[in-house]
Amino acid sequence: MRKAFSILKIPLVIGLICAPLIMVLDGENEAGAFSNQIIQKGATGTDVIELQTRLKYIGFYTGNVDGVFGWGTYWAVRNFQYEFGMDVDGLVGPEMKAKLAKTTKYDSSQGAKSPGSSQPNKSKPKDTNVQAKNVPSGYSQNDIKLLANAVYGESRGEPYEGQVAVAAVILNRVQSASFPNTVSGVIFEPRAFTAVSDGQIWLSPNEKAKEAVIDAINGWDPTGEALYYFNPNTATSGWIWTRPQIKQIGKHIFCE
Amino acid sequence: MIRSILIGVLAVGVIGTSYWGYKEHQEKNAVLINAENTYQRAFHDLNFHMDALEEKIGSTLAMNSRGSLSPALAEVWRLTSEAQNDVGQLPLTLLPFNKTEEFLTNIGSFSYRVAVRDLDENPLSDEEYETLKNLHSHSNDIKNELRKVQAMVIDHNLRWMDVELALASEGQPQDNTIIDGFKTVDKQVEGYSEVNWGPEVTHLNAKKENLDKNIKGKKLSEEEAKKHVIDFLDIDPKAKIDITATGNESNYKAYSVSIENKDKKSSTNLDVTQKGANPIWILMDREIGEQKLSLNEAADQARAFLKKHDITNMTISESSQYDRMGVFTFVYQQDDVSIYPDAVHIKVALDNGDIAGYESQEYLTNHHERSLLTPTISRDEALDQVNPNVQIMDQGLGVIRNDIGEEVLCYEFMGTIEKETYRIFINAENGREERVEKMDGTEMNYDTA
Repeated sequence: MRKAFSILKIPLVIGLICAPLIMVLDGENEAGAFSNQIIQKGATGTDVIELQTRLKYIGFYTGNVDGVFGWGTYWAVRNFQYEFGMDVDGLVGPEMKAKLAKTTKYDSSQGAKSPGSSQPNKSKPKDTNVQAKNVPSGYSQNDIKLLANAVYGESRGEPYEGQVAVAAVILNRVQSASFPNTVSGVIFEPRAFTAVSDGQIWLSPNEKAKEAVIDAINGWDPTGEALYYFNPNTATSGWIWTRPQIKQIGKHIFCE
Repeated sequence: MIRSILIGVLAVGVIGTSYWGYKEHQEKNAVLINAENTYQRAFHDLNFHMDALEEKIGSTLAMNSRGSLSPALAEVWRLTSEAQNDVGQLPLTLLPFNKTEEFLTNIGSFSYRVAVRDLDENPLSDEEYETLKNLHSHSNDIKNELRKVQAMVIDHNLRWMDVELALASEGQPQDNTIIDGFKTVDKQVEGYSEVNWGPEVTHLNAKKENLDKNIKGKKLSEEEAKKHVIDFLDIDPKAKIDITATGNESNYKAYSVSIENKDKKSSTNLDVTQKGANPIWILMDREIGEQKLSLNEAADQARAFLKKHDITNMTISESSQYDRMGVFTFVYQQDDVSIYPDAVHIKVALDNGDIAGYESQEYLTNHHERSLLTPTISRDEALDQVNPNVQIMDQGLGVIRNDIGEEVLCYEFMGTIEKETYRIFINAENGREERVEKMDGTEMNYDTA
């Protein structure tokens, strides 16, 4: 993999060297330059900002320049490809980038607002310009934060798999007929989670916990559709032992 | 002199402390009363909603016209959801009250299904009427039992905080009146298994059994499964591998495998089916470095992974980047038809292209070759069913699971209304609008930290 990278870097370097040359030849102000990745739907980052800005410049894209290649950007790309007689596949490859560079203006230091400014700026804007995020459909970022809080409070000492498992149990409960139907309803159900009762849910979660939540939402369920879990060393309810057990992950036993 | 100063200071200290203690005590009481009131409110609301539910179901029994039946059933549906909400606010999680909650959900889905149906065309069947009658008598029983508990709570000033305490101090027998009352209700509901909910409701309850059912082959031993895993992941056969079978009582038949990789400071965990050792899910845990791969390159890695493991004819239906992870959903393609129930999810680390996660439960549960994938109505006929405000951008054929859990072949239209994107599935046999989804997946950052 590493090797492949250094090979990939060569055209990048050549591109960087040639970029000012092309700009001069074009007589255009092309301070921004795409990296050499093929941009596809779902991508985030500065390349997407440039793509959106350029598409917006010629009126194909009407949404916000937010740095996330969402549906709006996707249709804009396809329309552009259709109008310019390319294969309509929604992928932004070298051909499309070249066409975009020819037909639009972009200044990476300023964004779309002042295409006339002529200060070339070598330093690329950081990802801080990315104003949005991908979220799994049906969930908001705040849902994810709330879930991450619960997962962190309940299982921060557990292996990663165990954290995904706790998130999966919460989501299984939302789906289940015998529990509330919302994430917050399940989390804040009285006596449901010790981390909620003792306030540990309000610790700030780490990135691992957030990643675990996103995995669980995207379909990973290490528990085999468990609805309950307990720590056998501290469990206070005798009833919980009567549930059919599925498996143990870390310190928690998961059951139906 | 010093003595009297000391006494004075101490006296002030004692008075101060007792004042502080008194304040604390007051505050604690205020908080307790507040919590108690929240519980009381949820409990009395629950009673009110169960009363209303019984009454509404009762009145539907005497209705005949669609004009009155549909709204009444919609009202039943709403009341069940309210009642469930109330239950969710009571400290009953560790109390066996789930039969009752399940019962409420089933009433809800039953009444919803009938309420949204065109009752002129397809009136209430005799069985459904029978079900309604059953529901009425059962909800009457539940209502009466709950009323008994409610009367006791009011007459004897019973507090929900005591329920909390009783539940917390396991060990002693729980002879709390409220707990006993709720246990009685749940016992009663347990006896209602004879209610005929119709095929759709039962469908929801049997999901993971299908995982075991759909997979052919015979059960492997732990050692055999281990060999398969080593093969699949292409790891050193001498690596330290833990394998355990899932619990006997569970319907989820799998082996859980855990592999430590000391040099890379990573670990891999996965579950494989006991029959045939197919991976159900895989998760790799390690620190992800800086992003070096584009999402597009990551997609190639995911494709290569599927190809390597002979999972063929899969195409990407969704791709998203989450920080340094690319997450892809692949669905099976049969003769240019996307089979959405046969989906796998793959997570690729964007630092070196490792497959960081794999999830194939849906694929394993549903995958088979479908017969007859030709639409009976034409594309234009299907398009007539689509809202004319939608500007169609893309189209195709797809098999989805509809509301009642059946697989249906549909025309799939992607389109936009202003800035929003929609996906619309039109049944390719009868032109029914099976599903309309608003496609999102991007959200502005509201980070305030």
